[in-house]
Amino acid sequence: MKNIFLFIRRNFNFLCFVLLQVVCIIMLKRYSETHEAFFDSAANEITGRINQQYSGFSSYFTLKEINRQLAEQNLALLNQQKADFQATGSQHKVVLDSSFRDSTHRTRRFLMSLAQVVGNSVVEQNNYVTLDKGSAQGVKKGMSVVGPEGIVGVIINVSENYSIAMSLLNRSSRISAMLKKDKSVGSIEWDGNRTSYLTLKAIPKSAKVARGDSVLTSMYSTNFPPGMMIGTIDAVNFDPSTNFFVLRVKTATNFFTLQYVYLVENFRYDEQVNLEKATENK
Amino acid sequence: MSRLLINIIRFILFILVQVFVLNKIPPLHQFIIPYLYFLFILWLPFTINRFLLLLAGFLLGLTLDYFTQTPGLHAACCTLIAYLRPFLLNLLLPQDAREQSYAEPSIRSMGWAPYSLYIVLLTAIHHIYLVLIEWLQFGDVWYFLGKITGTTAISLLLIFVTEMLFFRKARFRTNAM
Repeated sequence: MKNIFLFIRRNFNFLCFVLLQVVCIIMLKRYSETHEAFFDSAANEITGRINQQYSGFSSYFTLKEINRQLAEQNLALLNQQKADFQATGSQHKVVLDSSFRDSTHRTRRFLMSLAQVVGNSVVEQNNYVTLDKGSAQGVKKGMSVVGPEGIVGVIINVSENYSIAMSLLNRSSRISAMLKKDKSVGSIEWDGNRTSYLTLKAIPKSAKVARGDSVLTSMYSTNFPPGMMIGTIDAVNFDPSTNFFVLRVKTATNFFTLQYVYLVENFRYDEQVNLEKATENK
Repeated sequence: MSRLLINIIRFILFILVQVFVLNKIPPLHQFIIPYLYFLFILWLPFTINRFLLLLAGFLLGLTLDYFTQTPGLHAACCTLIAYLRPFLLNLLLPQDAREQSYAEPSIRSMGWAPYSLYIVLLTAIHHIYLVLIEWLQFGDVWYFLGKITGTTAISLLLIFVTEMLFFRKARFRTNAM
């Protein structure tokens, strides 16, 4: 017994070192599996607050770009206004009949809300985006984040006033995507090499693919509404060993100048995910 | 100002510079993230208790980790260099120099060659361990070697610039902390 104490005392520093290393590795391992860090929401709250201070200052530098994006989006919305459309002739007046819409069978599935980006990384292997809305504003895990030009990521962590989204530029990010032209569905990933270039896998070679084609979110995604812009195909490669394309996709979103994004809530998210999980476990 | 206060201010400054300046720089190349924050550990006084040194390293790494959303990654590397620092200093400092009363490692207190060796070795160890952990997660040899070389070179350049810009007055050891 005495020897044990003696051993501990003599090697106190080494034992401390080993202990701290083990703690670090456990944290890292646990985080890469669950994306839940120790003291998570407390740390989120603090780093979020500091990030917000910084973003209040740095936001001035990207104002021009943000203005352009908002103006473009406004234009798109203005073009959808009722006043833009005219009935073909006075004798065929189109009337929107509210009774035609059966309110019991048409329910809202997606709802968007606005959030500001207060923290954003692009240089790491796993990049994240911090937003200034949290559980107090109704943000939940699994909500998707969409920018004015294209999708950004998925919420993985929420504290009271901040939330953290896994950006598309993350090694663990997998998003179901489809080609706009022929609706072939594949999966979008990031290989960690170049910012703004993603990899689209599992598109069969029978699909017609050309450089510049749009890639959209698919109908199978639980987080994203179908048909949101992801990017455009930049290079077409064949994987000789399989029957699939490996496509390089340039993101529509410019991750360097992210400032305002929309949070998309899927009201059927829990239901769909639980059903899929229950089926897997059977 | 007391040593403790100076070191607390340094801690905060290094973290802020790392998170809001160096990590925000648009990547020059896929390999390079300019790291400077660990210089805090290298600049801690000679006399610091080894356990406190370990703890300071762990805290520094963990603080950065909470900003970069990688809990444990930088903390592991910082504890490693904090653990190795006393051994390296013992090797590099000539026996009689320890009698001299400089407070912390610097060019003047250690001399050009030993100080450069000290910086280069610990920087390299920090980056090798950092990239090794990332590599174990993702795996790619060329990525591993390239990233170590790239990041180490840029870090050394940054440290050199920092040393030139912020000339630390050679403080002498006192009984006060």
